[in-house]
Amino acid sequence: MTVVLALLALSALVALVVSGPLTRGAALQAEAEADDRRAELEAAKEAKYRELADAQLDYKLGKVSVADHQATERELQAQAVQILRELDDLR
Amino acid sequence: MAALGTAALICALLTALYACGSAVVGVRTGRPALVVSARRAMLCIAGLCALSVVILESAYLRSDFSIALVAQNSSHSTPLFYKLTAMWSSQPGSLLLWAFLLSVYSSIALYATRQKLREIVPWATAVLAFITAFFLTLMVFFASPFHTLANVPVDGNGLSPLLRNPAMLIHPPMLYTGYVGFSIPFAFAVGSLITRRTGAEWIRATRRYALLAWMFLGCGILLGALWSYSELGWGGYWAWDPVENASLMPWLFGTAFLHSAMVQERRGMLRTWNVSLVMGSFILALVGTFLVRSGILNSIHAFGASTLGVPFVGFIALCTLGSVALVVSRRESLRSPHRLDSLISREAIFLLNNLVLVGMCFVIFWGTFFPLISEALTGTKASVGPPWFNRYTVPLALVLVLLTAIGPMLAWRRTTPARLVRVLRWPLGVALAATALLVVATPAAQSIPSLIMFGGVALVLAAVGREFARGARARRAGTGEAWPVATLRLVATNRRRYGGYLVHVGISLLFLGIAASSAFVSQRDVRLRPGQTARVGNSTVTYRRADVHLFNDPSGTGAALSFGAVLDVRRGGRHIVLRPAHNLYAANAPGEGTFGRFFDGESTSEVGLRWGLTANTWTAIQPDLSILAKPVALADAKFAGAPPRFQAAILNAMAQMYLVRAPAATFRVIVFPFVTWIWLGGLMLLLGALIAFRRPPRKRREPARAPSRRPSRERELAEVPA
Repeated sequence: MTVVLALLALSALVALVVSGPLTRGAALQAEAEADDRRAELEAAKEAKYRELADAQLDYKLGKVSVADHQATERELQAQAVQILRELDDLR
Repeated sequence: MAALGTAALICALLTALYACGSAVVGVRTGRPALVVSARRAMLCIAGLCALSVVILESAYLRSDFSIALVAQNSSHSTPLFYKLTAMWSSQPGSLLLWAFLLSVYSSIALYATRQKLREIVPWATAVLAFITAFFLTLMVFFASPFHTLANVPVDGNGLSPLLRNPAMLIHPPMLYTGYVGFSIPFAFAVGSLITRRTGAEWIRATRRYALLAWMFLGCGILLGALWSYSELGWGGYWAWDPVENASLMPWLFGTAFLHSAMVQERRGMLRTWNVSLVMGSFILALVGTFLVRSGILNSIHAFGASTLGVPFVGFIALCTLGSVALVVSRRESLRSPHRLDSLISREAIFLLNNLVLVGMCFVIFWGTFFPLISEALTGTKASVGPPWFNRYTVPLALVLVLLTAIGPMLAWRRTTPARLVRVLRWPLGVALAATALLVVATPAAQSIPSLIMFGGVALVLAAVGREFARGARARRAGTGEAWPVATLRLVATNRRRYGGYLVHVGISLLFLGIAASSAFVSQRDVRLRPGQTARVGNSTVTYRRADVHLFNDPSGTGAALSFGAVLDVRRGGRHIVLRPAHNLYAANAPGEGTFGRFFDGESTSEVGLRWGLTANTWTAIQPDLSILAKPVALADAKFAGAPPRFQAAILNAMAQMYLVRAPAATFRVIVFPFVTWIWLGGLMLLLGALIAFRRPPRKRREPARAPSRRPSRERELAEVPA
């Protein structure tokens, strides 16, 4: 009996917490559509910047030739520009 | 309180089922509100599991023996420190810890990704809720931590003496935090496969969780080794025991994943390999949890037989088959658009390192499960020992340490052979010089694998040292900073890279400790009387006198009797005193004599140990208590009903008798060279992992831009710091 009463009390608390978002479904839908792509592109941008920084560091440390570095950097920059363009289009 | 705990677990199970269903329906019907509700449900599960943990811990602290678990694993005399840790010594307590950690991890991961990966996250939520529901089901239907006793005992059985070690306070939670942590990348990998979004997004979102799991598991393994070294009394830190192996396997898979994930992030390659590694890590973590509890394989670590064999094996089979089916059905989406540019590149070395790590894991898996395999095939349970494991893992470890050295020196995509020679020249010279010095000045050449390992370690240290030095020099050239500042800022701005290099240093130091302490160990079992001396390696050990403690165990484990020795150890003009002891814990079984029960219960070896950077001296004692057999039998016959104070006086008299007669005792004395470096390497590994875990400092905030005004992309790209 004690278990049942405790279970009911805890379940009521849980129901209160999980049902909150259900009452504002439409607002969440709009938020989701706006933020999703932007967040992904921002993450991709940060990752591409890190890649560029890594490539520059490798070059400074003498691990790659000038020609190889320039080719890599060109490719990475083109990819980064593409991401920035897509971000701009969302703004 | 037990009723509240039970209710919390049932409520958590119902909530987990709701979260699973809500997330799937939400993503299927395009209703994000349901997905958010599922995320909140995971948070509620974390709260309910936390409530259960608090209730159980408080029962241990209050010695509430109406709860069966408390009566089984604690007692009034169990020291407070060990009452707190008793929860995870039992099967239901371990399950509760799993569910609690998983729900906390899941809540954090789902909160952190609330505005990312909207297609993948609902599936990840469902997977995490499903795993949590499985563990909660086990507790609700098969092994409840809150099962109560109709007849409440006056005192409990107490915690297994073997577990009364400070390392045990943190070893199991560390290990479990590691095991559980692999659930997060697993759930996101499943989500990415279901949605066919197999790019690097899911890796970016979960890489730090994988790193955290790997770090905790690594710490847990090293703490387990420390416990084995300082508590078990057999004289070692690793025995290729099934449970030890079970923890090492997901760690090896995790190590492979952390490397190959970088290849996918940068080059978009190894997608199938990465999801397979993540799934393998999680399934091996489940196997590890199962092995430690099931007792299906003989292990010094398996504390009790399980009643959960069938559901656990069923769940592992479901996860394995489901993962394989998912990967096979998504093989088209997993195809990489890129190919390896050159065999002399960082990604090629990572791939090789992955093959070695997975190969090592396969060897360990085969050796660990060989008893079951042989029994299934021949009907006889045969097992393989440490020499078998060493035969295969030592060569692989040697290759691994060489790759650990070479990897950091190569660039992504390609390095020309001429550049490879240039970057290798100096570290290789240092490694060869160090090896030559070892051959000339030390007995290192007596063990060729160890000598190669020492050379490999020197190569790693030189390579990483060169990387730091050149990096700091390049930074100084641009900024004019002082060397220490330039080095620190170099690390701060490239945390993943330099944190990773420190991990390489830690691993190589760990390998150094293993190689030296395995190949050049001096060990002897000697029987000595007080005053006698024995020689072990270049140390002399003298048994100075016997030592007995009655209800006053110096190691704080609550042992009733402690028979020890005071040893003088002299090595190279240095003198140290060691005090190994043999602890006896009173038996709680009916039928034991009043005095006999103090000698017939469980016993542990309290090691006398002196740590040093060049060598550890390790001693254990096996006292000869036969001289007390007659007095104990006599006391049992004549004074069984004596008042407690009188009984204590009789026990004291027996202790004095042992001290005065001081019979010969058997000692195990071991001198382990450089063994301390295993744990120092572990600390370095932890430091490196923490550095790599931290996010890089944020770039300065970008200026607000009007939608119509396009920024100069070249300018923004030029700001990327090297």
